[in-house]
Amino acid sequence: MINSEQKLKFSPLHRLQWEEAQQKYVILYPEGMVELNQSSAEILKLCDGNHTLPELVAELEAKFATSGLTTDISNFLTVALQNGWIQYA
Amino acid sequence: MAGSNTLNITPPRWLLAELSYKCPLQCPYCSNPLDYAKYPQELTTDEWKRVLAEARKMGAVQLGFSGGEPLTRPDLIELVAYARELGYYSNLITSGYGLSEQKIIELKQAGLDHIQVSIQASSQALSDHLAGTESYAHKQQVAQWVKKHGYPMVLCVVIHRQNIHQMADILAMADSLGADYLELANTQYYGWAHINRDALLPTREQFAEAEQIAQAFKEKVAGRMKIYYVVPDYYEDRPKACMNGWGTTFLTIAPDGTALPCHSARELPGLDCPNVKDFSVQQIWHESKAFNFFRGTEWMQEPCRSCDEKHKDFGGCRCQAFLFNGDAASTDPVCSKSAERGKIDAVIASARDAALAAEEKPLVFRNSRNSKLF
Repeated sequence: MINSEQKLKFSPLHRLQWEEAQQKYVILYPEGMVELNQSSAEILKLCDGNHTLPELVAELEAKFATSGLTTDISNFLTVALQNGWIQYA
Repeated sequence: MAGSNTLNITPPRWLLAELSYKCPLQCPYCSNPLDYAKYPQELTTDEWKRVLAEARKMGAVQLGFSGGEPLTRPDLIELVAYARELGYYSNLITSGYGLSEQKIIELKQAGLDHIQVSIQASSQALSDHLAGTESYAHKQQVAQWVKKHGYPMVLCVVIHRQNIHQMADILAMADSLGADYLELANTQYYGWAHINRDALLPTREQFAEAEQIAQAFKEKVAGRMKIYYVVPDYYEDRPKACMNGWGTTFLTIAPDGTALPCHSARELPGLDCPNVKDFSVQQIWHESKAFNFFRGTEWMQEPCRSCDEKHKDFGGCRCQAFLFNGDAASTDPVCSKSAERGKIDAVIASARDAALAAEEKPLVFRNSRNSKLF
Protein backbone atom coordinates (compact mmCIF):
# COMPACT_ATOMS: atom_id res chain seq x y z
CA MET A 1 0.00 0.00 0.00
CA ILE A 2 1.15 3.50 -0.78
CA ASN A 3 1.24 6.08 1.99
CA SER A 4 -0.98 8.91 0.69
CA GLU A 5 0.66 11.51 2.89
CA GLN A 6 4.17 11.19 1.52
CA LYS A 7 5.51 12.57 -1.73
CA LEU A 8 7.07 10.14 -4.16
CA LYS A 9 10.28 10.44 -6.13
CA PHE A 10 12.03 8.38 -8.77
CA SER A 11 14.97 6.31 -7.50
CA PRO A 12 18.39 7.93 -7.95
CA LEU A 13 19.75 4.45 -8.68
CA HIS A 14 17.55 4.04 -11.76
CA ARG A 15 17.05 6.10 -14.89
CA LEU A 16 13.74 6.77 -16.66
CA GLN A 17 14.36 7.51 -20.32
CA TRP A 18 12.55 7.83 -23.63
CA GLU A 19 13.92 5.39 -26.20
CA GLU A 20 13.54 6.69 -29.72
CA ALA A 21 14.37 3.33 -31.34
CA GLN A 22 11.70 1.56 -29.29
CA GLN A 23 9.22 4.43 -29.21
CA LYS A 24 8.67 3.90 -25.51
CA TYR A 25 9.91 4.85 -22.05
CA VAL A 26 12.23 2.45 -20.30
CA ILE A 27 13.69 2.12 -16.81
CA LEU A 28 17.41 1.50 -16.87
CA TYR A 29 19.45 0.02 -14.02
CA PRO A 30 22.63 -2.03 -13.71
CA GLU A 31 22.55 -4.57 -16.51
CA GLY A 32 18.82 -4.38 -16.90
CA MET A 33 15.94 -2.61 -18.56
CA VAL A 34 12.17 -2.54 -18.10
CA GLU A 35 10.00 -1.40 -21.00
CA LEU A 36 7.04 0.71 -19.97
CA ASN A 37 3.64 1.21 -21.50
CA GLN A 38 2.39 4.76 -21.85
CA SER A 39 0.30 4.89 -18.69
CA SER A 40 3.09 3.49 -16.49
CA ALA A 41 5.47 6.08 -17.90
CA GLU A 42 2.99 8.91 -17.25
CA ILE A 43 2.69 7.82 -13.61
CA LEU A 44 6.43 7.50 -13.08
CA LYS A 45 7.15 10.88 -14.65
CA LEU A 46 5.08 12.43 -11.85
CA CYS A 47 7.18 10.70 -9.18
CA ASP A 48 9.32 13.81 -9.07
CA GLY A 49 9.39 14.56 -5.36
CA ASN A 50 6.47 17.02 -5.67
CA HIS A 51 3.46 14.69 -5.72
CA THR A 52 1.72 12.45 -3.21
CA LEU A 53 -0.50 9.63 -4.48
CA PRO A 54 -3.74 11.74 -4.37
CA GLU A 55 -2.00 14.67 -6.07
CA LEU A 56 -0.62 12.42 -8.73
CA VAL A 57 -4.04 10.82 -9.33
CA ALA A 58 -5.71 14.24 -9.57
CA GLU A 59 -3.19 15.45 -12.10
CA LEU A 60 -3.51 12.38 -14.31
CA GLU A 61 -7.31 12.33 -14.12
CA ALA A 62 -7.31 15.96 -15.21
CA LYS A 63 -4.78 15.35 -17.98
CA PHE A 64 -6.72 12.43 -19.46
CA ALA A 65 -10.16 13.83 -18.59
CA THR A 66 -11.20 10.74 -16.69
CA SER A 67 -11.84 9.56 -13.12
CA GLY A 68 -11.54 6.47 -10.95
CA LEU A 69 -7.82 5.94 -11.52
CA THR A 70 -6.85 5.68 -7.85
CA THR A 71 -6.86 1.89 -7.57
CA ASP A 72 -4.90 1.26 -10.78
CA ILE A 73 -2.32 3.91 -10.00
CA SER A 74 -1.95 2.78 -6.41
CA ASN A 75 -1.44 -0.82 -7.50
CA PHE A 76 1.18 0.15 -10.04
CA LEU A 77 3.05 2.36 -7.56
CA THR A 78 3.08 -0.47 -5.02
CA VAL A 79 4.86 -2.65 -7.57
CA ALA A 80 7.20 0.24 -8.46
CA LEU A 81 8.06 0.71 -4.79
CA GLN A 82 8.73 -3.01 -4.33
CA ASN A 83 11.02 -2.98 -7.36
CA GLY A 84 12.93 0.01 -6.06
CA TRP A 85 11.98 2.23 -9.03
CA ILE A 86 10.49 4.87 -6.72
CA GLN A 87 11.00 6.00 -3.14
CA TYR A 88 9.28 8.25 -0.61
CA ALA A 89 10.76 11.71 -0.98
CA MET B 1 29.36 -10.31 -46.43
CA ALA B 2 26.69 -12.94 -46.83
CA GLY B 3 23.35 -11.79 -48.18
CA SER B 4 20.73 -10.69 -45.72
CA ASN B 5 18.00 -13.19 -44.96
CA THR B 6 14.29 -12.87 -44.49
CA LEU B 7 14.27 -13.22 -40.70
CA ASN B 8 12.80 -10.49 -38.62
CA ILE B 9 16.04 -9.11 -37.20
CA THR B 10 15.68 -7.33 -33.85
CA PRO B 11 18.10 -4.49 -33.10
CA PRO B 12 20.92 -4.86 -30.59
CA ARG B 13 20.07 -3.71 -27.06
CA TRP B 14 23.34 -4.49 -25.30
CA LEU B 15 26.75 -3.44 -26.45
CA LEU B 16 29.76 -4.91 -24.69
CA ALA B 17 32.77 -2.77 -25.47
CA GLU B 18 35.88 -4.75 -24.58
CA LEU B 19 38.24 -1.81 -24.62
CA SER B 20 41.47 -3.70 -23.98
CA TYR B 21 42.76 -7.19 -23.24
CA LYS B 22 45.33 -5.64 -20.90
CA CYS B 23 44.62 -6.57 -17.29
CA PRO B 24 46.60 -6.34 -14.07
CA LEU B 25 44.76 -9.40 -12.75
CA GLN B 26 45.33 -13.00 -13.77
CA CYS B 27 42.07 -14.74 -12.86
CA PRO B 28 42.20 -18.37 -13.96
CA TYR B 29 38.54 -18.28 -15.09
CA CYS B 30 38.83 -15.22 -17.33
CA SER B 31 36.39 -15.25 -20.24
CA ASN B 32 38.88 -13.66 -22.64
CA PRO B 33 40.22 -15.97 -25.34
CA LEU B 34 43.21 -18.13 -24.37
CA ASP B 35 45.21 -16.67 -27.24
CA TYR B 36 44.32 -13.04 -26.53
CA ALA B 37 48.02 -12.13 -26.74
CA LYS B 38 47.68 -12.57 -30.53
CA TYR B 39 45.38 -9.54 -30.65
CA PRO B 40 47.26 -6.64 -29.08
CA GLN B 41 45.74 -4.01 -31.42
CA GLU B 42 43.15 -1.68 -29.94
CA LEU B 43 40.62 0.57 -31.63
CA THR B 44 41.34 4.29 -31.48
CA THR B 45 39.14 6.70 -29.54
CA ASP B 46 37.46 7.87 -32.76
CA GLU B 47 36.78 4.32 -33.87
CA TRP B 48 35.14 3.52 -30.54
CA LYS B 49 33.06 6.67 -30.78
CA ARG B 50 31.81 5.67 -34.21
CA VAL B 51 30.88 2.20 -32.91
CA LEU B 52 29.02 3.69 -29.95
CA ALA B 53 27.12 6.12 -32.16
CA GLU B 54 26.18 3.51 -34.77
CA ALA B 55 24.98 0.95 -32.24
CA ARG B 56 23.04 3.58 -30.30
CA LYS B 57 21.29 4.71 -33.44
CA MET B 58 20.12 1.12 -34.00
CA GLY B 59 18.69 0.97 -30.48
CA ALA B 60 21.47 -0.29 -28.20
CA VAL B 61 20.94 1.23 -24.76
CA GLN B 62 22.88 -0.83 -22.23
CA LEU B 63 26.61 -0.38 -22.63
CA GLY B 64 29.29 -2.33 -20.80
CA PHE B 65 32.83 -1.00 -20.73
CA SER B 66 34.81 -4.14 -20.15
CA GLY B 67 38.05 -5.83 -21.11
CA GLY B 68 40.53 -6.96 -19.83
CA GLU B 69 40.59 -3.99 -17.57
CA PRO B 70 38.85 -0.96 -19.12
CA LEU B 71 40.72 1.40 -16.77
CA THR B 72 43.87 0.73 -18.78
CA ARG B 73 42.42 2.95 -21.54
CA PRO B 74 43.56 6.56 -21.07
CA ASP B 75 40.49 7.76 -23.01
CA LEU B 76 37.95 6.02 -20.74
CA ILE B 77 36.47 9.24 -19.36
CA GLU B 78 36.13 10.68 -22.86
CA LEU B 79 34.30 7.53 -24.01
CA VAL B 80 32.05 7.56 -20.94
CA ALA B 81 31.13 11.20 -21.59
CA TYR B 82 30.36 10.44 -25.22
CA ALA B 83 28.23 7.43 -24.24
CA ARG B 84 26.24 9.63 -21.86
CA GLU B 85 25.71 12.22 -24.57
CA LEU B 86 24.32 9.47 -26.82
CA GLY B 87 21.92 8.32 -24.08
CA TYR B 88 23.49 5.00 -23.12
CA TYR B 89 23.18 3.54 -19.66
CA SER B 90 26.83 2.79 -19.10
CA ASN B 91 28.29 0.12 -16.88
CA LEU B 92 31.97 -0.05 -15.95
CA ILE B 93 32.98 -3.65 -15.40
CA THR B 94 36.24 -3.43 -13.54
CA SER B 95 38.66 -5.18 -11.22
CA GLY B 96 38.95 -1.85 -9.42
CA TYR B 97 42.71 -2.21 -9.61
CA GLY B 98 44.37 1.21 -9.52
CA LEU B 99 40.99 2.99 -9.35
CA SER B 100 41.27 6.16 -7.24
CA GLU B 101 38.50 8.10 -5.53
CA GLN B 102 39.28 11.06 -7.81
CA LYS B 103 38.75 8.90 -10.91
CA ILE B 104 35.45 7.62 -9.49
CA ILE B 105 34.30 11.23 -9.09
CA GLU B 106 35.45 12.18 -12.60
CA LEU B 107 33.70 9.16 -14.12
CA LYS B 108 30.50 10.13 -12.32
CA GLN B 109 30.76 13.69 -13.64
CA ALA B 110 31.33 12.30 -17.13
CA GLY B 111 28.03 10.42 -16.81
CA LEU B 112 28.93 6.88 -15.84
CA ASP B 113 25.85 5.13 -14.43
CA HIS B 114 27.30 2.24 -12.52
CA ILE B 115 30.47 0.51 -11.49
CA GLN B 116 30.63 -3.23 -11.07
CA VAL B 117 33.50 -4.27 -8.87
CA SER B 118 34.66 -7.86 -8.90
CA ILE B 119 36.02 -9.49 -5.78
CA GLN B 120 37.51 -12.95 -6.08
CA ALA B 121 36.79 -14.30 -2.59
CA SER B 122 35.80 -13.21 0.92
CA SER B 123 39.28 -13.55 2.38
CA GLN B 124 42.33 -11.54 1.41
CA ALA B 125 44.65 -14.51 1.01
CA LEU B 126 42.37 -16.40 -1.36
CA SER B 127 41.23 -13.32 -3.27
CA ASP B 128 44.81 -12.21 -3.91
CA HIS B 129 45.83 -15.75 -4.85
CA LEU B 130 43.02 -16.08 -7.42
CA ALA B 131 43.62 -12.60 -8.84
CA GLY B 132 47.32 -13.38 -9.09
CA THR B 133 47.85 -9.86 -7.77
CA GLU B 134 47.58 -8.19 -4.39
CA SER B 135 44.28 -6.39 -4.80
CA TYR B 136 41.75 -7.43 -2.16
CA ALA B 137 42.17 -4.54 0.28
CA HIS B 138 41.96 -1.90 -2.45
CA LYS B 139 38.85 -3.52 -3.95
CA GLN B 140 37.10 -3.19 -0.60
CA GLN B 141 38.05 0.49 -0.55
CA VAL B 142 36.82 0.96 -4.13
CA ALA B 143 33.49 -0.66 -3.25
CA GLN B 144 33.06 1.86 -0.44
CA TRP B 145 33.91 4.82 -2.71
CA VAL B 146 31.47 3.60 -5.35
CA LYS B 147 28.73 3.60 -2.74
CA LYS B 148 29.81 6.95 -1.27
CA HIS B 149 29.59 8.70 -4.63
CA GLY B 150 26.03 7.65 -5.35
CA TYR B 151 26.47 4.86 -7.86
CA PRO B 152 24.38 1.74 -7.58
CA MET B 153 26.92 -0.70 -6.20
CA VAL B 154 27.20 -4.01 -7.92
CA LEU B 155 29.51 -6.57 -6.48
CA CYS B 156 30.45 -9.48 -8.69
CA VAL B 157 31.90 -12.68 -7.33
CA VAL B 158 32.68 -15.55 -9.67
CA ILE B 159 31.94 -18.82 -7.90
CA HIS B 160 33.95 -22.02 -8.35
CA ARG B 161 35.43 -24.83 -6.27
CA GLN B 162 38.24 -22.70 -4.84
CA ASN B 163 35.85 -20.25 -3.16
CA ILE B 164 32.43 -21.93 -3.01
CA HIS B 165 33.05 -22.94 0.63
CA GLN B 166 33.10 -19.19 1.44
CA MET B 167 29.56 -18.58 0.20
CA ALA B 168 28.23 -17.49 3.62
CA ASP B 169 31.19 -15.13 4.13
CA ILE B 170 30.88 -13.74 0.59
CA LEU B 171 27.25 -12.86 1.26
CA ALA B 172 28.13 -11.26 4.59
CA MET B 173 30.85 -9.22 2.85
CA ALA B 174 28.38 -7.98 0.22
CA ASP B 175 25.98 -7.01 2.98
CA SER B 176 28.59 -5.11 5.00
CA LEU B 177 29.77 -3.26 1.87
CA GLY B 178 26.17 -2.18 1.24
CA ALA B 179 25.93 -3.73 -2.20
CA ASP B 180 22.71 -2.86 -4.05
CA TYR B 181 23.22 -5.80 -6.37
CA LEU B 182 25.24 -8.95 -5.92
CA GLU B 183 26.12 -11.01 -8.93
CA LEU B 184 26.93 -14.57 -7.95
CA ALA B 185 28.29 -15.90 -11.18
CA ASN B 186 28.87 -19.59 -11.21
CA THR B 187 31.83 -20.06 -13.53
CA GLN B 188 31.00 -20.70 -17.15
CA TYR B 189 33.53 -23.05 -18.66
CA TYR B 190 35.02 -21.33 -21.69
CA GLY B 191 38.43 -19.85 -22.34
CA TRP B 192 40.62 -19.91 -19.27
CA ALA B 193 37.94 -21.49 -17.08
CA HIS B 194 37.73 -24.36 -19.57
CA ILE B 195 41.39 -25.33 -19.25
CA ASN B 196 41.16 -25.01 -15.45
CA ARG B 197 37.87 -26.85 -15.20
CA ASP B 198 39.07 -29.83 -13.15
CA ALA B 199 40.24 -27.41 -10.47
CA LEU B 200 37.24 -25.06 -10.66
CA LEU B 201 34.07 -27.11 -11.10
CA PRO B 202 32.37 -27.66 -7.72
CA THR B 203 30.87 -31.03 -6.90
CA ARG B 204 27.11 -31.39 -7.03
CA GLU B 205 26.96 -31.45 -3.22
CA GLN B 206 29.04 -28.27 -2.90
CA PHE B 207 26.87 -26.51 -5.44
CA ALA B 208 23.62 -27.59 -3.76
CA GLU B 209 24.83 -26.44 -0.34
CA ALA B 210 25.99 -23.06 -1.65
CA GLU B 211 22.76 -22.52 -3.54
CA GLN B 212 20.75 -23.18 -0.40
CA ILE B 213 22.81 -20.61 1.55
CA ALA B 214 22.40 -18.05 -1.25
CA GLN B 215 18.66 -18.68 -1.46
CA ALA B 216 18.16 -18.11 2.28
CA PHE B 217 20.22 -14.90 2.07
CA LYS B 218 18.20 -13.70 -0.91
CA GLU B 219 15.03 -13.85 1.20
CA LYS B 220 16.75 -12.11 4.09
CA VAL B 221 17.92 -9.12 2.02
CA ALA B 222 14.85 -8.85 -0.24
CA GLY B 223 14.06 -5.18 -0.77
CA ARG B 224 17.58 -3.87 -0.18
CA MET B 225 19.84 -6.08 -2.26
CA LYS B 226 19.07 -7.78 -5.57
CA ILE B 227 20.86 -10.98 -6.34
CA TYR B 228 21.74 -12.06 -9.86
CA TYR B 229 22.45 -15.75 -9.75
CA VAL B 230 24.17 -17.20 -12.78
CA VAL B 231 23.42 -20.92 -12.77
CA PRO B 232 26.10 -23.56 -13.25
CA ASP B 233 24.62 -25.09 -16.37
CA TYR B 234 26.43 -28.43 -16.07
CA TYR B 235 24.10 -29.23 -13.17
CA GLU B 236 20.95 -28.31 -15.09
CA ASP B 237 19.12 -30.60 -17.48
CA ARG B 238 18.22 -27.89 -19.96
CA PRO B 239 20.74 -25.54 -21.54
CA LYS B 240 20.90 -21.81 -20.91
CA ALA B 241 19.19 -19.54 -23.43
CA CYS B 242 22.53 -18.26 -24.52
CA MET B 243 22.71 -14.58 -25.47
CA ASN B 244 18.91 -14.51 -25.49
CA GLY B 245 19.22 -16.01 -28.98
CA TRP B 246 22.08 -15.49 -31.41
CA GLY B 247 22.17 -12.05 -32.99
CA THR B 248 18.97 -10.90 -31.27
CA THR B 249 20.17 -8.70 -28.42
CA PHE B 250 23.89 -8.77 -27.70
CA LEU B 251 26.80 -7.29 -29.59
CA THR B 252 30.37 -7.61 -28.35
CA ILE B 253 33.20 -5.60 -29.84
CA ALA B 254 36.63 -7.04 -28.99
CA PRO B 255 39.58 -4.69 -28.36
CA ASP B 256 40.81 -5.00 -31.96
CA GLY B 257 37.37 -4.17 -33.40
CA THR B 258 36.21 -7.71 -34.13
CA ALA B 259 32.43 -7.89 -33.75
CA LEU B 260 31.21 -10.99 -31.93
CA PRO B 261 27.68 -12.33 -31.38
CA CYS B 262 28.89 -13.47 -27.95
CA HIS B 263 32.13 -12.76 -26.14
CA SER B 264 33.35 -16.34 -26.58
CA ALA B 265 32.46 -16.62 -30.27
CA ARG B 266 36.05 -16.06 -31.28
CA GLU B 267 36.57 -19.76 -30.43
CA LEU B 268 34.11 -20.89 -33.10
CA PRO B 269 35.48 -21.86 -36.53
CA GLY B 270 34.04 -20.66 -39.81
CA LEU B 271 32.26 -17.53 -38.61
CA ASP B 272 34.64 -15.01 -40.21
CA CYS B 273 33.69 -12.46 -37.60
CA PRO B 274 33.72 -9.01 -39.19
CA ASN B 275 35.66 -6.01 -37.93
CA VAL B 276 34.17 -2.59 -37.28
CA LYS B 277 37.13 -1.08 -39.13
CA ASP B 278 35.74 -2.58 -42.35
CA PHE B 279 31.97 -2.33 -41.90
CA SER B 280 29.36 -0.28 -40.08
CA VAL B 281 27.63 -1.80 -37.06
CA GLN B 282 24.42 -1.78 -39.12
CA GLN B 283 26.04 -3.86 -41.89
CA ILE B 284 27.61 -6.22 -39.39
CA TRP B 285 24.38 -6.79 -37.46
CA HIS B 286 22.17 -7.29 -40.51
CA GLU B 287 24.37 -8.68 -43.24
CA SER B 288 27.42 -10.44 -41.84
CA LYS B 289 27.79 -14.19 -42.08
CA ALA B 290 28.73 -14.38 -38.38
CA PHE B 291 25.62 -12.66 -37.04
CA ASN B 292 23.28 -14.60 -39.31
CA PHE B 293 24.96 -17.97 -38.73
CA PHE B 294 22.77 -19.16 -35.85
CA ARG B 295 19.86 -16.77 -36.14
CA GLY B 296 16.42 -18.32 -36.04
CA THR B 297 16.01 -22.11 -35.98
CA GLU B 298 16.85 -23.26 -39.53
CA TRP B 299 20.42 -24.21 -38.59
CA MET B 300 19.31 -26.58 -35.85
CA GLN B 301 19.86 -30.34 -35.81
CA GLU B 302 17.92 -32.99 -33.93
CA PRO B 303 16.92 -33.15 -31.11
CA CYS B 304 16.54 -29.33 -31.22
CA ARG B 305 14.87 -29.15 -34.63
CA SER B 306 11.69 -30.94 -33.52
CA CYS B 307 11.87 -29.85 -29.88
CA ASP B 308 8.99 -27.81 -28.48
CA GLU B 309 11.43 -25.88 -26.26
CA LYS B 310 13.62 -24.60 -29.08
CA HIS B 311 12.20 -21.07 -28.86
CA LYS B 312 12.90 -21.03 -25.15
CA ASP B 313 16.60 -21.96 -25.07
CA PHE B 314 17.58 -21.64 -28.76
CA GLY B 315 19.43 -24.97 -28.56
CA GLY B 316 21.68 -23.64 -25.79
CA CYS B 317 25.22 -22.38 -26.18
CA ARG B 318 27.01 -22.68 -29.52
CA CYS B 319 30.44 -22.42 -27.91
CA GLN B 320 29.62 -25.26 -25.53
CA ALA B 321 28.32 -27.40 -28.39
CA PHE B 322 31.58 -26.80 -30.23
CA LEU B 323 33.81 -27.43 -27.20
CA PHE B 324 32.15 -30.78 -26.45
CA ASN B 325 31.00 -32.04 -29.84
CA GLY B 326 33.32 -30.29 -32.27
CA ASP B 327 30.18 -29.07 -34.04
CA ALA B 328 28.83 -25.64 -33.12
CA ALA B 329 25.43 -26.42 -34.70
CA SER B 330 24.80 -29.44 -32.51
CA THR B 331 22.61 -29.44 -29.41
CA ASP B 332 24.23 -28.06 -26.27
CA PRO B 333 25.30 -31.27 -24.47
CA VAL B 334 23.94 -29.93 -21.17
CA CYS B 335 20.48 -30.84 -22.46
CA SER B 336 19.28 -34.21 -21.21
CA LYS B 337 17.76 -34.75 -24.67
CA SER B 338 21.24 -34.59 -26.22
CA ALA B 339 22.86 -37.93 -27.05
CA GLU B 340 26.09 -36.35 -25.81
CA ARG B 341 24.90 -35.52 -22.27
CA GLY B 342 27.22 -38.27 -20.98
CA LYS B 343 30.19 -36.03 -21.83
CA ILE B 344 29.01 -33.44 -19.30
CA ASP B 345 28.50 -36.12 -16.68
CA ALA B 346 32.02 -37.42 -17.37
CA VAL B 347 33.42 -33.92 -16.80
CA ILE B 348 31.51 -33.64 -13.53
CA ALA B 349 32.95 -37.00 -12.44
CA SER B 350 36.46 -35.99 -13.49
CA ALA B 351 36.29 -32.74 -11.49
CA ARG B 352 34.96 -34.67 -8.53
CA ASP B 353 37.89 -37.08 -8.71
CA ALA B 354 40.25 -34.10 -8.88
CA ALA B 355 38.54 -32.55 -5.85
CA LEU B 356 39.01 -35.73 -3.84
CA ALA B 357 42.59 -36.32 -5.01
CA ALA B 358 45.36 -35.65 -2.49
CA GLU B 359 47.02 -33.06 -4.71
CA GLU B 360 45.20 -30.64 -6.97
CA LYS B 361 46.50 -29.69 -10.39
CA PRO B 362 47.90 -26.15 -10.33
CA LEU B 363 45.76 -23.40 -11.85
CA VAL B 364 46.83 -21.88 -15.16
CA PHE B 365 46.69 -18.14 -14.61
CA ARG B 366 45.53 -15.71 -17.27
CA ASN B 367 48.53 -13.67 -18.32
CA SER B 368 50.44 -12.83 -21.47
CA ARG B 369 53.11 -15.42 -20.84
CA ASN B 370 50.56 -18.23 -20.63
CA SER B 371 48.47 -16.78 -23.45
CA LYS B 372 51.42 -17.10 -25.83
CA LEU B 373 51.33 -20.87 -25.28
CA PHE B 374 48.02 -21.09 -27.15
